[in-house]
Amino acid sequence: MAKRIEVSDLNIYYGNFLAVEGVNVSIEPRSITALIGPSGCGKSTFLRSLNRMHEVIPGARVEGKVVMDGQDLYGSDTDPVDVRRQIGMVFQRPNPFPTMSIYDNVIAGNRLNSKKMKKSEADDLVERSLRGANLWNEVKDRLDRPGSGLSGGQQQRLCIARAIAVEPDVLLMDEPCSALDPISTLAIEDLMAELKDRFTIVIVTHNMQQAARVSTSTGFFNLNGVGQPGRLIEFNPTEKIFSNPDQKATEDYISGRFG
Amino acid sequence: MTATKAPTEPPKQRVVRRPGDRIFAGSAKGSGIFILLVLAGVAAFLISEAIPALTAPSEDIPGGEGLAGYVGPLILGTLLGAVLALLVATPLAVGIALYITYYAPRRVAAGMGYVIDLLAAIPSVVYGFWGLAVLAPTLVPFHVWAADHLSWIPFFAGPASASGRTMLTVGLVLAVMILPIISAIAREVFSQAPALHREAALALGATRWEMIKMAVLPYGKSGVIAGAMLGLGRALGETMAVAIVLSGGAGATLNLIGSSNPSTIASNIALRFPEATGLGVNVLIASGLVLFVITLAVNMLARWIVNRRADFSGAN
Repeated sequence: MAKRIEVSDLNIYYGNFLAVEGVNVSIEPRSITALIGPSGCGKSTFLRSLNRMHEVIPGARVEGKVVMDGQDLYGSDTDPVDVRRQIGMVFQRPNPFPTMSIYDNVIAGNRLNSKKMKKSEADDLVERSLRGANLWNEVKDRLDRPGSGLSGGQQQRLCIARAIAVEPDVLLMDEPCSALDPISTLAIEDLMAELKDRFTIVIVTHNMQQAARVSTSTGFFNLNGVGQPGRLIEFNPTEKIFSNPDQKATEDYISGRFG
Repeated sequence: MTATKAPTEPPKQRVVRRPGDRIFAGSAKGSGIFILLVLAGVAAFLISEAIPALTAPSEDIPGGEGLAGYVGPLILGTLLGAVLALLVATPLAVGIALYITYYAPRRVAAGMGYVIDLLAAIPSVVYGFWGLAVLAPTLVPFHVWAADHLSWIPFFAGPASASGRTMLTVGLVLAVMILPIISAIAREVFSQAPALHREAALALGATRWEMIKMAVLPYGKSGVIAGAMLGLGRALGETMAVAIVLSGGAGATLNLIGSSNPSTIASNIALRFPEATGLGVNVLIASGLVLFVITLAVNMLARWIVNRRADFSGAN
C-alpha cells in the first residue's frame, strides 16, 4: 500500500559536516517524485535518509522529522530494519547478489523475514515480481542461473523485482538508469509508470528529460558553494517546474545556465 | 607503419615491444618457471631417495611390518592433529574476522588485528614449550572428564593421559598457531565484500547478521577456504611444537586423549633423523614424500572447492 511521507526541518550530517539543511516536503502516495540538482547537492543523501540508509555510513546522522502515514521513521522506538522493509530502494549501479541465482535474488527480501514459504508460494511470488519488473519473459528459462550473468538493464530490473517482491509502501530509486543504455532506460521508465499505481516512488536523476517524462512532482536541490549545505530550493508539480518555476535558480539549472 | 617502407620489402606486421614490457614479462615468466623447477627438484629428490624404502622387503623396515605399517599410523597422526586444529581454528578465525571487520569499534578493531597478527610471529618452538608447560597440565582435568563421560566416542576412548601430552593438546596448540593465518585472510576478504551488495542487503531490511549472511559470507567463502587450506598446510607440516608436546609411540588409534599417540610425519622425521642410518633414512624420506602428496592433494581439493561454483563467486 502506498503511503505519504512528510519531511519537516530535516538536517542531514556526515559527522560534523552539514550536508543537507532544512528540508520540508510532503511526498504524495501513488505518484512519482523526482529529485534533480547538480552533483554533490545532497539529493542522494536526502533520498537515503528516507529509509535510514544514510546512517549506515559511520558518523552519519540526521536531525528533524520524517513521518510516514503517522509513523515517525526516526522515532526512538522505530527500528531502522523495519523502516527499510517498508521502504525499498534501487541503487545507481545494479547490485543483484552475485552468489545467488535469479530466483533467490527475487525472494531474498522475503527470506529475511524468515517466514517459511511454500515452494508454490515462492514460485508465484518470483513470477509475479519478475512480471512486475517486465523481466519474466527474458529470464523464465534460467531462473537458477546467477543474476550477475544478465545485462546491466536486466540486472537493474532484477533489482526492482527484488525490491517490489517484499511489497514495500515506498520505492526509492537513486539514479536507477545512469548506468544503462537508452533502451534499458526506456524499459525502466515504462516500468515506473506502471509501478506508480501501487507504490509511492521517489527517484533521483541527473537526466532532466527523464524527470520531465516520468514524474508528477519535482524537487530541485542546490547548494551555494563547495562546503555549503545543500537545500531544497523548489518543490512543485513537474509541469510547473519545467515551464514556469518559482525560483530563478531552478530556471537557470533547467535551462543550462547555472554556475 | 608498413606504408613507409620501401616497396621491395614485403609488408611485415611489426609488433612494438617496449623494454619495460619485455623485462616484466621475462621476469614474471622466469619466476613462474623457477618455482616449478624447485618443486620438480624437491619431488625428484623425494622420489629417488624413497625408492629404496619402497622396494625394500618389509622385514627390513623399522618396526618390521613393512612401509605401510610404518607410515600408516604417522599419516593418521598427522591428519588427526591437523584436522582437529582446523575444526577448532576455522570457526574461531571466521568469528574473529567478522568481529574485527563489522562489529568492533574502529579503534578496538585495529588493536585486535595487530594482536592476532602477532600470534603468527611467535616461533613454533615457543608454542611447543607453552603447550608442554601450560596447556597440557591445564587440560588434564578435561582429559579425565572426557574419559569418564565421553568414552563412547572413539576419540575419547581413554584411558586419560596423566600428563596431557596428547593428540588433543597438540590439536589445540596447532589451532592457535594457524588461527592468525586463517583470520588474516578471512579479515581481508570480508573487508572487501562490496559495499554495493552490503547496502543491497541492508536496504531490503536485513539486520547486520543477515547482511553478513547475504553479502559478506558468500563473497568471502572461497577466501576462507583458501585460508583454511593454508592453515591446514601449516598444521600438517608443523614439526617442532608437535615434537615437543606429543608423547608418541602408539600405533594407529583414534584415541585423542591417551598417554601414547600416533606421531606425525614431520615430528617423526625430526626426532628420528639424527640417529637414522642406511635404509632408515630412506624410510623417513618416503614418509616425507607421503606428506608432500597429502599437502598437494589438500591444495588441489581446496582449489576444486573454490572453482566449483565460480559462476556464483561474484568475480564475474
